Amino acid sequence: MTSAALNFTFPFRDLLGIEGLSAADITNLLDLADTYVDLNRQIDKKTNILRGRTQINLFFESSTRTQSSFELAGKRLGADVMNMSVSSSALNKGETLLDTAVTLNAMNPDLLVIRHGDSGAVALLAQKVSCAVLNAGDGAHEHPTQALLDALTIRRRLGKLSGLKIAICGDITHSRVARSNLLLFNAMGAQVNLVGPRTLIPADAERLGANIYHTMREGLEGCDIVMMLRIQNERMQGALVPSVREYYHLYGLNREKLAFAKPHALVMHPGPMNRGAEIDSDLADDTEVSLIRDQVEMGVAVRMATLEALAANLPNMMQSGGTS
Amino acid sequence: MAEPERAFVNARLIDPAQSLDTPGNLLVRDGIIIALGPDIEIPDSAETLDCSGLAILPGLIDMQVFTGEPGEEHRETLATASLAAAAGGVTHMVVMPNTTPAIDDAALVDFISRRARGTAMVRVHPMAAITKNCEGRIMTEFGLLREAGAVAFTDGDRAVMNALTMRRALSYASNFDALIVQHALDQDLQSAGVMHEGELATRLGLTGIPVAAETAIIDRDIRLVELTGARYHISQISSGESVEAVRQAKARGLAVSCGVSAAHLMLNENDVENYRSFAKLNPPLRSEDDRLALVDGLADGTIDIVVSGHNPQDAEAKRQPFAQAAYGTVGVETLLSVLLSLHHANGLDLATLIRAVTTRPAQLLDIDGGTLHTGACADFALVDMEAPWIVDADALKSKSKNAAIEGRKLQGRVEACFVNGQSVFDSKTETTK
Repeated sequence: MTSAALNFTFPFRDLLGIEGLSAADITNLLDLADTYVDLNRQIDKKTNILRGRTQINLFFESSTRTQSSFELAGKRLGADVMNMSVSSSALNKGETLLDTAVTLNAMNPDLLVIRHGDSGAVALLAQKVSCAVLNAGDGAHEHPTQALLDALTIRRRLGKLSGLKIAICGDITHSRVARSNLLLFNAMGAQVNLVGPRTLIPADAERLGANIYHTMREGLEGCDIVMMLRIQNERMQGALVPSVREYYHLYGLNREKLAFAKPHALVMHPGPMNRGAEIDSDLADDTEVSLIRDQVEMGVAVRMATLEALAANLPNMMQSGGTS
Repeated sequence: MAEPERAFVNARLIDPAQSLDTPGNLLVRDGIIIALGPDIEIPDSAETLDCSGLAILPGLIDMQVFTGEPGEEHRETLATASLAAAAGGVTHMVVMPNTTPAIDDAALVDFISRRARGTAMVRVHPMAAITKNCEGRIMTEFGLLREAGAVAFTDGDRAVMNALTMRRALSYASNFDALIVQHALDQDLQSAGVMHEGELATRLGLTGIPVAAETAIIDRDIRLVELTGARYHISQISSGESVEAVRQAKARGLAVSCGVSAAHLMLNENDVENYRSFAKLNPPLRSEDDRLALVDGLADGTIDIVVSGHNPQDAEAKRQPFAQAAYGTVGVETLLSVLLSLHHANGLDLATLIRAVTTRPAQLLDIDGGTLHTGACADFALVDMEAPWIVDADALKSKSKNAAIEGRKLQGRVEACFVNGQSVFDSKTETTK
């Protein structure tokens, strides 16, 4: 495949979140990603759309799957990809986040993929660099490519997003996946239920355009999709939830609880899974109902689409030469 | 030899302590106000300054100013804070004890006083810590600290969390009729919270601080005030529910008072939209309903004091991801202008606003100041009550430029400031940058 001009306009320099994207923006990205799903299933998966471009994956929080997904996406588009993992201890040596930004900026990257443990950190960095920034997850704020890959997964299986009823279950408070998905599903006309114990639902969540439920029975009723979120072990040791076994008993997804949803409802999980905590292992592996493996595949395609959409807005001349 | 009198003529004299708001003249000799009023006689020997178009206000008492001295002089020194104060018409700065080291020993109170005398343009009154190193455990020597010059006791930006420690501090302070000043924020309820809890925090993915983190401490402390009879002051309240709690305590006759910061009267939680860490304050900016309740509480006298909460932070400490950014805003230079803007824009009674930064803090802290009475020290500000201006943080005098109200339009500005009859700020001789 050779480089072709983007057949739509993506009117943003950066992709910092789903917030601000229109239904048309989202649809354009999903349509483009669809073409990459097909490409990724061929033997020759390589294009030259990003040839000459430098993509830096800057991860302040370790993440095997998201980082490798972005790496693969960049490489398949022909970019030079560099991975940088910055442990938080390195920052404690005195270099501030903005020092890091200035240093990286001097390396003239074209695309910067950033994950950071603090909400808003990626937006802060984006203000200080002159390249396109892609948010790979900031704190409990947003994780836009996850929402897009979830949407693509659903759209390919069910043919649409609008009119669907989707339950997002678990630790909503600490989940950037929940926030980005809620924004995206709302934008595309799907209805979202947030389900979890009161200690894991943030204040005024209902004002974000979702229905709030505290039992799986009520929350899953009539749902086409049941999306489970990962719950951190340290949050199930009495701080927010008394124990893993109580959490699994009340909120862990198994076939019995899945039966509260629509017949043939599908199961999703952004990974990595805590089998036996938020999801039953057997259910997670049942490809009849579980879309979890599809999600990983769609991840690469969606990241290729977002990288390409941002790259299309990059200037073609070197800025440092004064010709911008 | 006595110096000649100086006459400030054709001014508008505003002094709520004397229920005064009249055109007139003010006469100063040897650093003392010797006469004021519409018809006072101006001696021929007097040096005369025409103040047409300007008001003369008593120098402000700012009851909550953090500086970095000692320990963090890169943020602010007593000297640099005093320059900002003078430019804002603040002639009395009450400085906070949560420095490094904390002001928890009589020798350190003495250190602040000596440094202030040597370097500061305005009067400086230290508060001392309630507990050693502001850690909330071991009570400090209230008696010795008072004798050394501490005007009140506070642990700065930390609440005394242990109820028994607080009871004992209140009880012991009542021996001396000393004022205990609480930073009412329950650290356990705050937990990792960094902004007002609610829809915006949820949307931004930031941990919220519930209003209950403030009211839980206030409600507890009011019980302890009933038990001990002590004088108790909340340095800053941020919510409508806190206004109501204080209103009820006052109705019951308790010696409870409270303050609010100028920023909380002007801004609300939406100012932290887009992770704007310059509006990250402690206590946090809350909802617009809360802000309106604070303005009402100030208007009806439930809120006694307005402070700047001046808390200088260098840019590096502020330009961080929101959760990691430092709390606080500078404000001593803009305190009066914010109040005058509230008067102009919201019709708040001018005398009530001025009392909250003059006579009321003077009463609570038992310090001389905040009035233009004959015989009082000549600490006052010349103010253009109408002048519109826009806050430009870089033009502020504080060493740190973290202004939460950056870019805001204000109305009313200090033209000159005097301490002991001596000029400490004059906008005309300022070199504009």
